[in-house]
Amino acid sequence: MAGGRVGLVVDRNLLNHLAAGRDVIVVSGTNGKTTTTALIAAGWGPPVVTNATGANMVAGLVAALVTSAANRVVLESDEAWLPEVVARVRPRSVVLLNLSRDQLDRVGEVRQVADRWRRLFEDATARDVVVVANANDPLVVYAAEVAAQVRWCDVPTVWRADAASCPKCTRPITYDAAGWHCECGFSRPTALTTSLGEHLRVYDVEADLVLAVPGAFNAANAALGVTALAALGVSVSDAVTSMNEVAEVAGRFARRRWRGRAVRLVLAKNPAGFAAILAMGELDGAELWIAINDLVADGRDPSWLYDAPFEILAGREVACLGTRRLDLATRLDYAGVNATVLDDLAGVGAATAPVWLIANYTAFSEWLAWSTPW
Amino acid sequence: MVRIASLLPELLGTYGDAGNARVLAERARRRGIDVDLVVAGLHDAVPDADLYLLGGGEDGPQRLARDLLARGSFAQRVADGAHVLAVCAGLQLLGTTFCVEGDDEFPGLGMVEARTTRGTRRFVGDLAVNVGGRWLVGFENHGGQTRRASGLAALGSAARGHGNDGSSDGFLTERIWATYAHGPVLAINPWFADEILSVVVGRELEPLSGVAERLYDERCRALKLQPLG
Repeated sequence: MAGGRVGLVVDRNLLNHLAAGRDVIVVSGTNGKTTTTALIAAGWGPPVVTNATGANMVAGLVAALVTSAANRVVLESDEAWLPEVVARVRPRSVVLLNLSRDQLDRVGEVRQVADRWRRLFEDATARDVVVVANANDPLVVYAAEVAAQVRWCDVPTVWRADAASCPKCTRPITYDAAGWHCECGFSRPTALTTSLGEHLRVYDVEADLVLAVPGAFNAANAALGVTALAALGVSVSDAVTSMNEVAEVAGRFARRRWRGRAVRLVLAKNPAGFAAILAMGELDGAELWIAINDLVADGRDPSWLYDAPFEILAGREVACLGTRRLDLATRLDYAGVNATVLDDLAGVGAATAPVWLIANYTAFSEWLAWSTPW
Repeated sequence: MVRIASLLPELLGTYGDAGNARVLAERARRRGIDVDLVVAGLHDAVPDADLYLLGGGEDGPQRLARDLLARGSFAQRVADGAHVLAVCAGLQLLGTTFCVEGDDEFPGLGMVEARTTRGTRRFVGDLAVNVGGRWLVGFENHGGQTRRASGLAALGSAARGHGNDGSSDGFLTERIWATYAHGPVLAINPWFADEILSVVVGRELEPLSGVAERLYDERCRALKLQPLG
């Protein structure tokens, strides 16, 4: 990161120069940016350059681009930084995954982010960009519908709590089997890509999406990624074949070793992320640990724990870790979960059962550093 | 039996506010009190309840919530004896006017004499309020400047954070508790949850001891608050 910051001091337009003439896909949204970026990179095939470490503000993008002159570039962008990133890198495609409440103390309210995105795509300078957008997320549709070129994707999206009221007229949005709509006429657009279970259709091309990474949310990420690659002329079946083989992304979903036991590391850092992760069948019967920190990168306020559906875990044992483990344990206690507070890891022995550890941003980084590859 | 109703959580629930209803219901149940917990959404009428909960929300949803509540029987039911816990946007709605979406001023429900204008900046951070000699600790994230009429008591004085106006937080009437400490303020402050519950059920409650009490002590220490009284 230091290299990226020094570069910006030298030339504020360095990012523009570094990206010029390359084929760039930018990925943004609240959840799934890093994984989607990795899936697109795999689906496109080498040589491809990405900001694989998740450093997704301007300095991080510069640091990534100086490492390689590859023509294929996939960059994840922080939601709030997207307008500046698009203006500087002039991408061929922008993938918009989802928008939900996250780090309200840092990013601001989610509708303000949607408004900023909408103004970006209204601007004539963005007319050459192919926007690939989640049709099941009304806030994403609100932002993307003004773009000159949009490819809508019908992909699994469980989180609706931030789009109960219409972003255009504030009246209630109705959700049903046919999608969603508001009295004002704002409704789910017709999708070109659909993803249901392992079945993926992009335009008229069908493919079997059998990802190594778990969860319906990753099927959604992959479907959006394949659609962006198809827009750039990449074969859908080739892209899907390569994406299916991606087993872990920057430690996410990785099987790690810690004090002799197997630990599966999962990142979840907001209510929509927890809703997606807690729905994974893989967690059934596993020993479960959850770590919640409150450093600046996590957001200082863990109120959002009450928006995550921990009631799914009622009756189970869960160990609570991280700087806000007492907030977590209180939340779990009120959800009917048998929560144990782990104040000190020294007492945790080398048991045999594998552990699934769900951690928010800096807690995830800590556990990645403390553990080793399996 | 105590009846608790969360009003419009789809609109007023940005900051984990649903947690307050869950905390009250659980703490009542753990004392053997029957609880009827009702969630009244966008398409529901205001239900009969002993305690209504209003949470925080974003600008557009806050305006819609005001319109829906003004049309229904909410204010009448409170006038008839029901209680209210209002947080953040919920606090602003109960007053005479509030500002959202720039400096546009909208009418509130007018249930208390409090007027909210746009603050000079957004107030984001820890909040600590002296409520009758006990610390109420929480987190605020809002852009409101709330002025109370002289007859309206504050919930307490703000020792940390901005609250209403940099010196006081929220307001307190015979039936209404209101604070800018957003989200699940009752989860962090179990004594405040019990105080509300005790008033609503009309009797003293036996103390509980659990992880919530540990959390409260830890938050007071984290904010370096000196013991009061």
